[in-house]
Amino acid sequence: MTVSVREQPFEPYAVLAAYEKQRFPLAGTFGASASFIGTMRDLNEGDAVTQMTLEHYPGMTERHLEAICADASARWPLLDTLIIHRVGLLVPGDPIVLVAAWSAHRAEAFTACRHIMEDLKSRAPFWKKETTAQGERWVSRNTSGVARDAGTGE
Amino acid sequence: MVNVNGDTAISVKLFAGLAEARGWRERRIAHQPGMTVADVWRSQTGDVALPPRVLCAVNMDYCAAETPVQPGDEIGFFPPVTGGTA
Repeated sequence: MTVSVREQPFEPYAVLAAYEKQRFPLAGTFGASASFIGTMRDLNEGDAVTQMTLEHYPGMTERHLEAICADASARWPLLDTLIIHRVGLLVPGDPIVLVAAWSAHRAEAFTACRHIMEDLKSRAPFWKKETTAQGERWVSRNTSGVARDAGTGE
Repeated sequence: MVNVNGDTAISVKLFAGLAEARGWRERRIAHQPGMTVADVWRSQTGDVALPPRVLCAVNMDYCAAETPVQPGDEIGFFPPVTGGTA
């Protein structure tokens, strides 16, 4: 399991290829890998977005990304998981997040990759601020996240 | 818990829009016996009750507003999270 929060832009396909080669040096040790890349769009809620700043809670972010990977690995027979997430200033086209899961068979890799991404959206402490022609605005979420009064959310 | 400096203060952190709206990101305050996370919010925001949409964490774990605060704890308050991508 590897998680990384990065201030600088990254090339997800190159990072993924290098990571996989380093993590699985022996040929044939996994049968399936699924990956997801989220990219910043130039439009949100009908407005052109020129840039975005991603803030996070250093320390808490890494702890929760690791917990998300650990939860997925406890639920499905995975060989490895990877999350890379940007913070700082992003422009349209910049990769925001890379999630990948490796397993023996396709079903676990697909399912875990999707699950990790959904879990990340609701649990990991990141916040987005967009710049539009009208100025800056924080992105609010309408889907249910971690409910404060539900306790830990872990 | 008392940290290595013998400091019994607690650390209070605000993030994102909460920090911008209030003009500060981190404070150290004295621990009061019996205080909860909601008490910390009230003491730093002029007795305003903790809004339902504000999330909180003790030592980087999500918590309920009624969670007791111990000396040396780090308390974080923040809006609903918006990581990942649409």
